[in-house]
Amino acid sequence: MDRVAIVGVGQTKYERGKTKNFAELVYEVTRKALDDAGMGLSDIDNVVTTTNDFYDGRTIACMAVAEAAGSYGRDATNVEGDGTLSAFYGLMRTLSGVYGTTMVTTHCKLSEGSPRKLFNQAFDPVYERSLGMDAISSCALQARAYMHRFGVTEEQCARVSVKNHGNARNNPYAHVSLDITVDDVMKSPMLAEPIKRLDVSPISDGACAIILATEERAKKAAKKPVWVRGVGHCADAYRLGERDLSVSPALEAAAGRAYRMAGITDPSREINVAEVYDAFSYMELMWYEGLGFCGQGEGGKLIDSGATQMGGRLPVNPSGGVLSAHSVQVAGLARIAEAALQLRGEAEKRQVPGAKVSLAHGAGGICAQTHCVWVLSN
Amino acid sequence: MGTRTAIVGVGQTNHTSKRKDVNGQELISEAVKRALADADLSLKDIDAVVIGNMDHFEAINNVDGWSVDGSGAFMKPIMKVTTGGSTGGTLGSCAYHHVASGLFDVVMAIGWEKNSESDTQAAISTCADPIVERDFFGGAIGPNAAEYAMYMKQYGATQEDAAMVAVRDHNNALRNPHAHLRKFITVEDVMKSPMLCWPIKLLDSCPRSDGACAVIYASETRAAKIAAKPAWVHATAVSHDYVYFGDYDWEMMPTLRTTVDRIYRRAGITDPVKDVDVMELYLPFSTCGVVWMDHMRVCGLGEAPKLIRKGVFDMSGELPVNPSGGVLSTNPIGATALIRIAEAALQVMGKAGDRQVHDVKTAMATAFGSCYWFEATVLRSVKP
Repeated sequence: MDRVAIVGVGQTKYERGKTKNFAELVYEVTRKALDDAGMGLSDIDNVVTTTNDFYDGRTIACMAVAEAAGSYGRDATNVEGDGTLSAFYGLMRTLSGVYGTTMVTTHCKLSEGSPRKLFNQAFDPVYERSLGMDAISSCALQARAYMHRFGVTEEQCARVSVKNHGNARNNPYAHVSLDITVDDVMKSPMLAEPIKRLDVSPISDGACAIILATEERAKKAAKKPVWVRGVGHCADAYRLGERDLSVSPALEAAAGRAYRMAGITDPSREINVAEVYDAFSYMELMWYEGLGFCGQGEGGKLIDSGATQMGGRLPVNPSGGVLSAHSVQVAGLARIAEAALQLRGEAEKRQVPGAKVSLAHGAGGICAQTHCVWVLSN
Repeated sequence: MGTRTAIVGVGQTNHTSKRKDVNGQELISEAVKRALADADLSLKDIDAVVIGNMDHFEAINNVDGWSVDGSGAFMKPIMKVTTGGSTGGTLGSCAYHHVASGLFDVVMAIGWEKNSESDTQAAISTCADPIVERDFFGGAIGPNAAEYAMYMKQYGATQEDAAMVAVRDHNNALRNPHAHLRKFITVEDVMKSPMLCWPIKLLDSCPRSDGACAVIYASETRAAKIAAKPAWVHATAVSHDYVYFGDYDWEMMPTLRTTVDRIYRRAGITDPVKDVDVMELYLPFSTCGVVWMDHMRVCGLGEAPKLIRKGVFDMSGELPVNPSGGVLSTNPIGATALIRIAEAALQVMGKAGDRQVHDVKTAMATAFGSCYWFEATVLRSVKP
């Protein structure tokens, strides 16, 4: 793979009930990403936006953000899915030799919608929707399957919540930052056994943009380039009954592709910091395993060891992760933006000192049916 | 430049108004199996999948994940792209960039729609801004009707000129076994058909269909082994600038002009009538087959009716347009523009059967969607 760099990133603060409309949210982050890269719109060759007609409440939702993303007068396209996939398509367009730079944007304003009903629309219309399935109830099944098989405890999941909500205190963009204990998580209201309120990510409005550039064009950028070293994505089966919910083979496959491309053989030692899609606290433990940070079933032990805390061997989600800010489709691209800031040494109070290789992870679908993994280096 | 890329196989379902015999996943599977059979490949040969439709027509969120049973993307990379009516063009471009990037060798693009499960025009109306435009944006037909009314006034074109386009596309469809509407019609039939939105009548208008299309793209090293005569992708282009419908320049159609300017430049086309052997154009209404020819720089402004009357775009003409019968005969929206690419590829590969244009070296396909979002693809029998 030719060298492609992330040369600019921009995020809004994540919060509930933003008054800006979709275009204004996207404009805020494209402007920030351009300023970050020291570029003007004329330096952008093409644009990839990210929308979801359900979450946006309009059909062909890309129409609402095209101009704010800088699409006017240039080639543009639109992905529906997690922002890591939009960035993946942006990477491919940049590698194709047709475009030297690509702006990738994503936004979500789910405070205007009904998240439970909208996510219910992802389930089979005949057999599953009428059961009232949604993200929390389906992920509770996955959490229970995982915990039962490997003996992972609710307290170990709670430790993820304590860590990430605590890390969020260092991130000015985070929506929910909390100084809490395992006991607080355990005592928070049960939503769908074994998932409690403090195990769950919030519903946040926000937007994120990154700019990708070929090696040649990256030379003109204001900041030190962050290089894309490896990428991979993969989908598991659709129906929950056809999956072993206690493991994540699609994540293993996606990570395997990214690691092979990046030449990484021992991810737990070669990666210095990771930003993963922890929509629920149990997920981070499962993703440790899928990403090869520990062996199968050892996610609980890894959080207990403290290795993934700030100051540990492999800090995970210094930003506070998705547990502290969840703008659905934005969440994965925010992981990439945060992983890039770490490699530039610009993550301020959440900086992992001396980070050279970082990992960003996005997920989508029911119980994270699809995964996308990025390995970056400076 | 990126990896040279070619189309090596295409598959289409039998398109009709209601495919009650299959669900969405089965409809997708039908197109996928036919594309694999066309390329003599099996599912294990596919490295990645891209899929697209319009969410609100079937009301399925996360179609990429849901489709896995039909698309065959189980434990494969899959992503969804969508841009409204132009989704098929966006899909083709996405699959092309997968291969051109060098990251994947064999990639399948799948477009599909089961319009019979939707209230199509109601769903389309939600594309308009919820506060400023939605209350009075009456589905897809309004803007195109206004566009042709203006064109008639400005250039003296007639409703019969548009009817001739309808006759051409509908009658071409008689030679296409996949077409949804296959009925011989005359200009008189079109003129007598019910008025939908003046000056567009029923037979000037596309149907809504259930259907799917799959197109397989392969890298240079794989393409030659898969297909005897691959259709090489020389360029893709897109242009889009919507904010509000009222902002669009209806007279000069800047997005169509920008798209064709880009594709002609990238593919080295100077005179489209001479340099392109066949076009598969996304013409949702016969009126578009008049107005848009001008802006595609096939002729000067206001000259399209003259060329249509001369039969330049007929099967026996200098530049045959829509040998397949086009969108007027078949319109499973998320698949419609990908069908244009598939049909253009079949023409280059010499596999278009009764609708084959003689000795096609260069074919062009277009896509149209949202508020004048245009895409284009140029395919050739020689490598780029």
